[in-house]
Amino acid sequence: MLELLNISRKVGDEVYVDKVSLSLQRGELNILLGPTLAGKTSLMRIMAGLDKPDSGSLRFDGRDVLGLPVQKRNVAMVYQQFINYPTLTVFDNIASPLTVNRISRSEIASRVGRVSDLLKLGDFLHRRPDTLSGGQQQRVALARALIKGADLVILDEPLANLDYKLREELRAELPGLFAEMGAVLVYATTEPTEALVLGGNTACMFGGAVEQFGPTLELYRQPVGLQTARIFSDPPLNTLLLHCRHGELRIPGSGQSIKLAAELHDGRDYTLGVRPHHLSLVRRSPEDIEMRGEVTVTEIGGSESFVHFEFQHRAWVALIHGIREFARSEVVSFFVQPQNSLLFDQSGSLISNSTAMIMTQ
Amino acid sequence: MATIELQAIAHQYESGQGSASSDAAEPFAVNTLDQCWPDGGAYALLGPSGCGKTTLLNIISGLLHPTAGSVLFDGVDVTARSPEQRNIAQVFQFPVVYETLTVADNLAFPLRNRGLPRLDIDSRVASVLTMLGLQEKANLKARDLSVDDKQKISLGRGLVRTDVKAILFDEPLTVIDPHLKWQLRTELKKIHQQFQHTMIYVTHDQTEALTFADRVIVMHEGSIIQVGTPQELFEKPQHTFVGRFIGSPGMNVIPCVVEGATAIVGEHRISLHASLGSDFRNSGLQNTELGIRPEYVRLSQEQGLPAAITAIEDVGKHVVVRVMLAGHELKAILREGELIPQHPKVSFEPGKINLYENAHLIEAAE
Repeated sequence: MLELLNISRKVGDEVYVDKVSLSLQRGELNILLGPTLAGKTSLMRIMAGLDKPDSGSLRFDGRDVLGLPVQKRNVAMVYQQFINYPTLTVFDNIASPLTVNRISRSEIASRVGRVSDLLKLGDFLHRRPDTLSGGQQQRVALARALIKGADLVILDEPLANLDYKLREELRAELPGLFAEMGAVLVYATTEPTEALVLGGNTACMFGGAVEQFGPTLELYRQPVGLQTARIFSDPPLNTLLLHCRHGELRIPGSGQSIKLAAELHDGRDYTLGVRPHHLSLVRRSPEDIEMRGEVTVTEIGGSESFVHFEFQHRAWVALIHGIREFARSEVVSFFVQPQNSLLFDQSGSLISNSTAMIMTQ
Repeated sequence: MATIELQAIAHQYESGQGSASSDAAEPFAVNTLDQCWPDGGAYALLGPSGCGKTTLLNIISGLLHPTAGSVLFDGVDVTARSPEQRNIAQVFQFPVVYETLTVADNLAFPLRNRGLPRLDIDSRVASVLTMLGLQEKANLKARDLSVDDKQKISLGRGLVRTDVKAILFDEPLTVIDPHLKWQLRTELKKIHQQFQHTMIYVTHDQTEALTFADRVIVMHEGSIIQVGTPQELFEKPQHTFVGRFIGSPGMNVIPCVVEGATAIVGEHRISLHASLGSDFRNSGLQNTELGIRPEYVRLSQEQGLPAAITAIEDVGKHVVVRVMLAGHELKAILREGELIPQHPKVSFEPGKINLYENAHLIEAAE
């Protein structure tokens, strides 16, 4: 188990990592999800021992490892840019972490065989990396990290440079592979879909800090804050700022208001968040919240349409099943069910598990 | 803007030219092809790496001279002309900016080169800055910006001139974060609808291709496999490769035997009438496969072919359920909140089944 307690790191005036505390179990996949410059790589470098934090503690299996140099930590890393030895065959590339450790040749052959079977590299073992496709080369880099039997395996956006379809394939294969290793696995990505396909646990990062950590699907379903909800939405989360008056939040243009049992305070601002696929062109219940906006552009994605519209001077997007085209500037009503909408307070914390939302006309 | 025509274009790299992979890898090439892209369209060249899409784009831009064939802009042969002489704008995968110039000067550069009057330059630069949300950074030096913003400048430089024949994009959003990617792609689409530039966009990402383009050109191993609207590529893939490549997950393709107007998978009999018309007759088809999109596979408790669930992948907005049907894996997409039956019966939405012979689509007789 890798335990981080209050880890912080600043470079100059810039906060790279901001009081991060996490407990990462062996055999589980731990995803760091967040936009570029959220602190994912900085945090991984501290975990690996490549950088020292300014404060906080780092323990591996109960032992303080902060002072321990990276060479003594048994860490394997895979980067976005795959790195292989160009003059070695695929077999020797994969075997390279073992040859320094005096392991018998038959043992090496059997371990390379196993890993290369898992990563479907068996047919390429005699070839050199530069004769393989990008996806195959990255699989070689992955195999080399996996064969080492490292205690900590760090994967920094390992699929970012690969073709879309290859990414899809590897995303499906990786969880099975990870489950077989007893290591602590840390995997950074900017893509919410990737996190959801991989499963495991996710830490949502923004501005160097972790807003929420837990099972990936749970974070998607119950974000504690606006940042996590935003990071987990693809297409982006639609938001609207609402000002509380007379204990209620008026939805502009629809004549509807949101009330909660107790928690709304006059004079404060709240943010309503709606995921694009929760918007519908039809009203499904009388309580549905109506959003009336002017269409700016429609994109067709094969079996679905992304209808972009302007709602209260904000860019919103609806993901609609089927092919629907609208003229520019057409005024269209979209509906969301209250139980599918998210409400955040001024500090960005989720205040309502919206079942408690009462809609009034 | 111009209509772009490719006549009998083919390209073969000489050994050592073009790509880093030398001896054992296939030389990347474009097989002989003819294409015409009418003026004012938004086109995407889509395919996996090594399919020839960037080679084709470079032939259009003039960065690469084709081994054979001609490139025509509005009927004029430009094959021998350099990129500058062809008067096109290009945006590449990684930012190409002048680091020491300000954002505004970067955008003004292509216009000053053309000797435009200052007032025209200022107004054009101001409008591109607004399009891309760079107004507040107009006077910052490019070197002080993030990679996202630098790529926005590159896009802006591609869009700033109104007198170009075409704007060519080579994977322009690869380095961009997912959320900004949405924003910029939508912006490009809006710009296209507003100004009707001829735009050609190379990508391996199907979402980008389908949402951006009116017509998508799917390439595989140096050849064009299908040209169509996003909907055509989704509903009627001409080749099983297109079916699998487009869609996430791609189309299910399972071997079948065809008897009359019935496809037989294992012991199951599936009617093809709804897809292939009531007078469809099997005329000795060989190597037949049935294609069905995961979006059109239904799982219910009551009706259909019995199947066993092997895996469930919940990705939030939908769930991918993998089932085994007569020894073949089949994926079904269920919407968020839909119930997953424990012992599902599988059925296919009528009219959504595609039939393939030797990987090519069999179309209903007109």
